[in-house]
Amino acid sequence: MLNLYSKLPRLIPLTSWGELVNWQKEWKSFALIVTVFIGVFYFPIGISRFDNAILEAFQLVKWYAREHVLLCLVPAFFIAGAIAIFVSQTSVMKYLGTGAKKVLAYPVASVSGTILAVCSCTVLPLFAGIYRMGAGLGPAATFLYSGPAINVLAIILTARVLGLELGIARDVGAVLFSIVIGLAMHFIFRKEEQRKVSAQAIMPDPPESRPLWQTSFYFLAMLSILIFANWGQPEHVGGIWSAIYSVKWWLTTIAALLLVTILVAWFGLKWWKLFPMATPPVLLFSLHIGSPLLPFTAGTMAFGATCISEDGEIKEWLAATWGFAKQILPLLLLGVLIAGFLLGRPGHEGLIPSQWVARAVGGNSLGANLFASVAGSFMYFATLTEVPILQGLLGAGMGKGPALALLLAGPALSLPSILVLRSVMGLRRTAAFIVLVVIMATISGLIYGSIAA
Amino acid sequence: MKKLVILGPGCPRCEKLADDTRQAAEELNLDFQLYKITDISAISSFGVMTTPALVVDGDVKCVGKLPSLDELKTMLQ
Repeated sequence: MLNLYSKLPRLIPLTSWGELVNWQKEWKSFALIVTVFIGVFYFPIGISRFDNAILEAFQLVKWYAREHVLLCLVPAFFIAGAIAIFVSQTSVMKYLGTGAKKVLAYPVASVSGTILAVCSCTVLPLFAGIYRMGAGLGPAATFLYSGPAINVLAIILTARVLGLELGIARDVGAVLFSIVIGLAMHFIFRKEEQRKVSAQAIMPDPPESRPLWQTSFYFLAMLSILIFANWGQPEHVGGIWSAIYSVKWWLTTIAALLLVTILVAWFGLKWWKLFPMATPPVLLFSLHIGSPLLPFTAGTMAFGATCISEDGEIKEWLAATWGFAKQILPLLLLGVLIAGFLLGRPGHEGLIPSQWVARAVGGNSLGANLFASVAGSFMYFATLTEVPILQGLLGAGMGKGPALALLLAGPALSLPSILVLRSVMGLRRTAAFIVLVVIMATISGLIYGSIAA
Repeated sequence: MKKLVILGPGCPRCEKLADDTRQAAEELNLDFQLYKITDISAISSFGVMTTPALVVDGDVKCVGKLPSLDELKTMLQ
């Protein structure tokens, strides 16, 4: 007979529970529980400033969702996607790459951010490329300063949320002063040879060639949709602005028709697909359901679905658009929540008292502008989050000059990007660049602050 | 064995390219090793200015875009 008993594992005699617990390991769990407990014990809920800050965060998110997402951000994503797919980056990069002419490189670098810097994570590799393979330190610094401020999404959102005036000041300030910074960097380090890479710059494939005027009309149609859909109600009745406002949805519709016509005529969109595409918005409009927001949204979604069903360029366009939306929307949501929590909506306080903000960056003094520039150049802003944060600061009493200074220094530099820059161009050049950015942002702020006052 | 290198500073598009490349290589039953380079200076020494980029056995196959799975397969073969 088989001895079954010997096959069974031998039982360990249980002497006491105390030996089963490994206290050397368990103290970590205990420490965690104690920390969480202390956190919950002293949870600041019930303190009116804290409760109010949480409410403000959600109020601000709601306001963004209602005012800025459907009519402004969604069309802006389509435009950013179109730039990534239909605009030839190669045509711009040949002015910045190997064998670039120095005279042309500066102006091209100062404005090329609109086309090249559609996503913030492309800025640093391009900077390194221009510096080590192409036009050199000066144009690379120019590109690095202006690029993040003038990418198409930043332009649109700044103008929409912070006002046209500050939007234009940001673009003009970024472009003009980026050239000054580039030339200054070149001048300071003119005697030093940089370590050039022997590698030839590899350019991305140019998109399918199409006459420039066709591409221009295509972008014009998209911009018209964006502009007319967001046309604000003027303060006074009468005059041309008011007249445009009263027919803005008809103008938006005409621009949308123009866009699909262009896509059918020059981009190979199949004409019969226009019928299923137009059905949802026309139906919702004629039944008076949720006009004008719902027909606009339904139209956009039907348009997107049609793009997916196509092949080639149009499908790539939608993929690029979707890529931007998926990357940027979560960051923006988080940024808006944090901005609302800390600073509240304009006219409402968040966690930080308004007088603190007003004391640090109120008015248009040299100190306020300098503080905003220095803070901006070390703080990290995820793509576009500088906009809600700036809006909160402005509402809490920040001056217009310091606001521009922060908008210029903020996206150009951050602590993480400074570390990368140091590895690319060394400590001295990085330090010089930081100092120049702070000086130029401060000067821009002082100038704008005195004009705006 | 094929040496596949993804160049990119760690943005979402670079991660997507790495995933897609792995998938394409597995579907082709390739014997491969996938590497990622995130250092900007190292990326520029390949001559690449726009990321993400894919390097197959030392040749830069695509820069600044996310190719489809089919395109990736032709690049890998």
